[in-house]
Order: sequence, then C-alpha cells, then structure tokens
Amino acid sequence: MANKTAAVAAPTNKKSWTSYIGEYGAFIALVFLVVVISVVSPEFRTAGNFLNLLRQATFNGLIAFGMTCVILSDGIDLSVGSTLALSAVICAKLIMQGVPAILAMIIALISGTLLGVVSGLLVTKGRLQPFIATLITMTAYRGFALILTDGKPISNIAKSIGDRPNQFAFKLMGKGNLFGKIPIPAILLIFALVVFFFVLNKTTFGRKVYATGSNAKCAKLVGVNITKTKVIVYAISGFMSALTGLILISRLDSAQPTLGDGYELDAIAAVALGGTSMSGGRGKITGTIAGVLIIAVLNNGMNLLEVSTYYQDVIKAVVILVAVLSDRKR
Amino acid sequence: MKIEMKGINKAFGSNQVLKDAGFVLEDGEVHALMGENGAGKSTLMKILTGVYTRDAGTVIVDGKEVIYKSPQEAEKAGIVFIYQELNVLFDLTVEENLFMGKEITKGFGICDKKAMRKKAQEAMDKMGVKIPINAVMSDLSVGQQQMVEICKALMVDAKVLIMDEPTAALTQSETEGLFKLIKSLRQKGVSIVYISHRMEEIFELCDRITILRDGTYVGTEKIKDINMDDIVRMMIGREIGVRFPARDAKIGKEMLRVEGLTKGKTFKDVNFSVKAGEVLGVSGLMGAGRTEIMHAIFGNLPFESGKIFIEGKEVAIKNAREAINAGIGFITEDRKTEGLLLEKSISENIALANLGKISDKSVVKKSKVDELVKKGIDEFHIKCFGPDHECNNLSGGNQQKVVFAKWVYTDPKILILDEPTRGVDIGAKKEIYSVINNLAAKGVAIILVSSELPEVLGMSDRIMVVHEGKITGIIDAKEADQEKVMTLATGGTL
Repeated sequence: MANKTAAVAAPTNKKSWTSYIGEYGAFIALVFLVVVISVVSPEFRTAGNFLNLLRQATFNGLIAFGMTCVILSDGIDLSVGSTLALSAVICAKLIMQGVPAILAMIIALISGTLLGVVSGLLVTKGRLQPFIATLITMTAYRGFALILTDGKPISNIAKSIGDRPNQFAFKLMGKGNLFGKIPIPAILLIFALVVFFFVLNKTTFGRKVYATGSNAKCAKLVGVNITKTKVIVYAISGFMSALTGLILISRLDSAQPTLGDGYELDAIAAVALGGTSMSGGRGKITGTIAGVLIIAVLNNGMNLLEVSTYYQDVIKAVVILVAVLSDRKR
Repeated sequence: MKIEMKGINKAFGSNQVLKDAGFVLEDGEVHALMGENGAGKSTLMKILTGVYTRDAGTVIVDGKEVIYKSPQEAEKAGIVFIYQELNVLFDLTVEENLFMGKEITKGFGICDKKAMRKKAQEAMDKMGVKIPINAVMSDLSVGQQQMVEICKALMVDAKVLIMDEPTAALTQSETEGLFKLIKSLRQKGVSIVYISHRMEEIFELCDRITILRDGTYVGTEKIKDINMDDIVRMMIGREIGVRFPARDAKIGKEMLRVEGLTKGKTFKDVNFSVKAGEVLGVSGLMGAGRTEIMHAIFGNLPFESGKIFIEGKEVAIKNAREAINAGIGFITEDRKTEGLLLEKSISENIALANLGKISDKSVVKKSKVDELVKKGIDEFHIKCFGPDHECNNLSGGNQQKVVFAKWVYTDPKILILDEPTRGVDIGAKKEIYSVINNLAAKGVAIILVSSELPEVLGMSDRIMVVHEGKITGIIDAKEADQEKVMTLATGGTL
C-alpha cells in the first residue's frame, strides 16, 4: 500500500519540478553561467565588463524581441539581417547626400517597418510559408543593399554631417553614454524590454498575437483580424532590425551592405533558448532576454577565457541543445 | 475471443482515473461501453491494448492472464483499437495505408506493389466495400477512411475491434453501411467493443452494455432487458428527469432573415427567418450544406447571391468581426479546432472573444478579466481548478461550456449553434439545453444545427430541413416527428 501511494505521488512531484525548470530554465542557466565564468575569470566580474556585455547583447536583443513576436504568431523572420543592412545603407546614403541625420534615421526606421510589412503581406495575402516568404525578402533586401552601395562600404559618416545637433544624434545611438557610464544601446535594450513586456502581456494586441499563434482558425472566428495581426508583427520585426542597424552604423561610423549577416540565427537561438514554442502561441519576452544574455555571456566569457573560436561555436551549440531539450520535457 | 478485465486501477499523477473498473467481453458480441465523459471508457480500452500501463488489476484473454506492453503486441494477439481521431496517413494511398509497416517485399526492402494491391483488393472485397485502393486518403470521406481503418484491422485477423465514437463524423448512409459491416463481422465471430454517446445506436446495434461511472464498474446488462432511463440512471447515479427541459420564452419580432442565399452546388436559394426567443432547429444529413450556410451567414464563407437582413435591415457581412458587431454569435461544429485555443486557459479563451469588454484603450484590465471569467465559471457551472485551468484538460462538456460562456458574453442577438452537444455527456447536455432555453427567454434568436434528431425535435420551435444544399421544408415542431424529418432530409416530400 505504501508503495502504491508513492507511485501516485511521484509523478506529481516530478511534474512540478520539471515545469519549474521549464518556467525559469533559461534564468537558472544564465545565473549558473555567470557564476561559473565569474569564478574562473576575474576580468569577467568587473562592472566595466558587465556594461560592455550589455552593449554587445543589444544588437541581438532588439532583433530577438521582434523575432519573439513573429514566432509567437506562428511565423519566423529570416529577413532581419538583410532588413538591418538595407535600412542602415539607406540611412547612410541619405546622410551622405546631405539629408539631415535625424530625418535620415527616421526614414530608415520607416523603411525597416515597411520592409517588414512586405514580408507580412507575402505571408498573409501571398499565402506563402513564413520560412519561404522571409527567405525571399532576406535575399532580395540583401541584393538591394548591395545595389545601393555598389558593394562598397559607406565610411566616415559622422564627419560628413555638417551641423552639430544632427551629428550628435547620429553618434549618440551607438557611442553615447548616460552619466558617462551606461551605454545608450543598453538603455534602449531595457526600454524595449519594458515596452515589449507591456504590449505582449497587457494589451489586446498581445492577446491577439498569442491567439493567432495558438489557433488562427479559432481566433478568426471570434473576430481577430489574423492578416492585420501578422502584418503588424513582421512590421515590428522590421522596425527593430532597422533600429539595430542605426546603432551599428553609428558605432562603426560605416555602413556595409553585408551588415547583420547571420543575425537571424542568433535571434532565433535566443528565442528558442527562452522557451518560446517554434509553433507559436507559447512563450515569454522575459525568456527571450534570458536567452539573449546567455548567448552574450557565453561569447564574452569565452573570449575572455581565450577559448578558440572553433570551440566557441561547438560550445554554443551544446548549450542551445541542452536548453531546448530540457524545455521539451515540459 | 473472450476478454475479462477485473479490478483495474489507473492514476495519472494525483488524478485517479480508474478505480476497480472492468468488464467481460464474450465471443462474437457487440458490447456497448457507456459512461459520461471522463468515466474512463477510453482509458480502460487503452489499458487493454497496451497504450497505458495499469496500476492494479488483471486482464484475462481466453483464460490466460496477459499484459500487452504496446498496441503492436495487442494487435498481434488480435485486439485492435480504432480511435475516434482516425490514425491514417492522409497523403498516402489506401493501399499504402493498409500495408504501412507491414509491406510485402521482394527482398532488400523493395516493395512488391502488385502483391500488395492484390491483397488489398481482396480484403476490400471481403468486407464488401467499394473503395479504390489507389485513391489518396485525403480524397476519401471520413466514412471511407474509417472503412480503411477497419479493413486494416481485419487484415491482421483482428478478433476484437474497439471503436470509439465511430459514427461521430459519418453521414446517415455511411452509418448504415458501418452498422451492416459490424453485424456481418459479428456473425463471423469478431467481438466489438462499441463506445458511443448515442442511445439510439446502442439499442439498434449492441447485445450487451457495460456502464462505467467515475472510473468504476457500475454494471452489465443485456440490451433487451434495459431501457434508456435505466442506462442514464446508471451512468449519472441519479435521476436526470426530463431529457429536454421546458422553455418559457416569448417569441418576438423577426431578428434574422435570409433570402435566396446561393453558393454554387453547396447551397441554393436558401430562405428562412428566426425570431427573437425562438429556437429554429436545422436538420439534414451530414454534408447537406447546413454548416456551410451558417458559415456564410457569419461572413466566414463568401456566397454568390442572396440577402441577409438583421432586424429588418439588410447587412453585408464580410468577416467574423463584422458578424459579431452585427450581433451574431457562432458556436462552431468543431470545438477543438475552431472553438477553443486548446492549449490556453479558460480565462484566455473567454477574454479573447470579449477583448472590448475587458480592456480600456487596448490595455487589458486584469480586474475586468477576472470578474468576467469568474462570472462565466459560476454561471455555466464549469468544473475546473480555476480560471487558469488549461482547456485541453477539461472534459468535452466543460470545454463546450467555455465556448458558450465566451460567446454569450459578446451579447449576441442571434446565436448560431452547430452541433452544440456533440461528444458531450448526458449531464452536461441537459445543462447546455438549459443555457439555450435561458438565452431564448432573454430574447436571443437561436439557430440549432444538429444531427441528433431527438435533440432537434425536443428543443426546437420550428424545424428547417436541408437536403443537398436546398431547404426541403420548414415544419412546426408540434407537427414534426422523426419520420417526417427523415423524409425531408433524404429529399422526399411530405
């Protein structure tokens, strides 16, 4: 009899234990990584390095936030890297031709959003699989970026800006600091996190995104406009890519048509690490930020520990595999 | 083959699903297994066929105690489970499905197509079913797909077939075909376990009946010694009283009128109207176009010509949102794929349909959500752990109550119900009937589409019958009976 009760009780305990891991798995892994690397590398645990790490995380983070929305709606956006490059090139090109930097930056953000809308329309109105639709836009946008620049980088952008306020605005995006210490990109990342958290959790739009990814047929029948919801998530993803592009060119003071190549994979990895279901409907933005930080900590830590770049990729792959497997047990 | 299951216990986590359950299946009989949703019928059968392991109890097959570790082992012994959600590969042909995993080869893994085709054809002929064996599964009707599944079972010499709600998606003639087949199998000595909620079928088809309640064996009776009331009493453990509760509703002005609605061959020149407080039953065979007409009214299916009037005003509804704004609610036929976000909570499901009510300038107000959902759970007697209970883990009846709750709070003036009690047990059915009556009493115009004739007859004020996309008659429920409706449904005239 005692045996039997144990058999009944055991699965319940186990279940709550795994669901606990599933819920906070990414954060537990993050804390674990930070502690381990802090112990072995004194350089890692300095405040300066943490701020540096946060700035490095920004590029992937901003893109991964947009990607989270797309994946939650049962889509995927492979075009983020190309969108980043094309918007960045547009911005640089406009500045070189004398358009005020602030205006050029706004135009770049609008361009990125519209490029996302195109992907969204291909998915909804064009009825293409998201993977194929964004594979097409990914290829096309990269091509346009190369055409616009003739394949050459646009350099010394800041110098070519005549008036001070515009030059300041352009430099601020990537190189600026708050109180002389906290990088502006890191502040943008935290601000974006708050906005995305609010939109996904507290607004009717957030509910529609989850519902669309969970069961589009059912959502449609209760009056959710699936087409609109999907187009908006791709637009968000495009906007975030363009924003990341602006930070990048400000930091590098140069816009290359090959910018952001392969960024889509890091973003998708971060979303997956954060426990978001690749088939949509389930996931959290807090998971994504944990995933982004895990990747950033790994990159930063392995560099400080002078791990060979060849091994770095393998280690990253193992971490992602373990995280995704532990998530599946849920 | 004789099967005896005794004292079966099974728990999933802390949830005791079976407690001292069991039954005895004799050679060559059709044995009904009945019980409310969650009574443990499917679980008991899954234990028999090795899908689940048991915590306690014995299974004796032909005098020997057995434990099948997998469905394959059970199949080898001659016991095959045909699930309600058919287990077929839709992109492959009939023949490929029949031989999946047991292909005849010429050696080296090269398929012997000719031999397989011949054997498949023989098996089909033996069953007396005409289905082209090179047809792709997805091109067949659900009834035909089911026949293929049965054929697959017979090809491995099944001596026991377990069927879970086999007629749920079949047309009338397909159902008749299935019954004929079951009866001929019985003559050949095949035993059949028949799980169904449809009383009429049980009485037509089965020899004996075993009833389970809350995972426990209640009793076994010969069908000829028992009546419907006895079965219901055994299933729910108390008297249920009248099957269809009385309604106290005043029939008011016309709410919806449809004129000349046409879409190719799907439906043609459909004319009808529903008044406030009225329940219009819609009857007809599966595939007659009833569901399509409802989707057209709701803006979910474009139609070629025709007019729709709501409270006397013509409307042009292009999508579900406009339909909802115009005051129409629609509880669709398929609760699992269209009615609910299954992996989401009760709260999220009710909230999604009522986003306007629970938000302020697009920002969701948690207090409003909680208030609405709590009201829904209380008002509709949804049995759950709380608002966060995932819909997947609710019984069919409770899932349907969630669907009702989410629609009722959109305050519809016209509510379309498509098969609202399909797969719902008798206790929950009656609760749903009461909900329908309350809505009618509040002046909602209700369209009730149902394949269950007694339900249409018992609940409607008027009955509209559809045959091959055309309305063959609208009759007053007081003058209607089963025979009249069936005559119209099969294209006859009164």
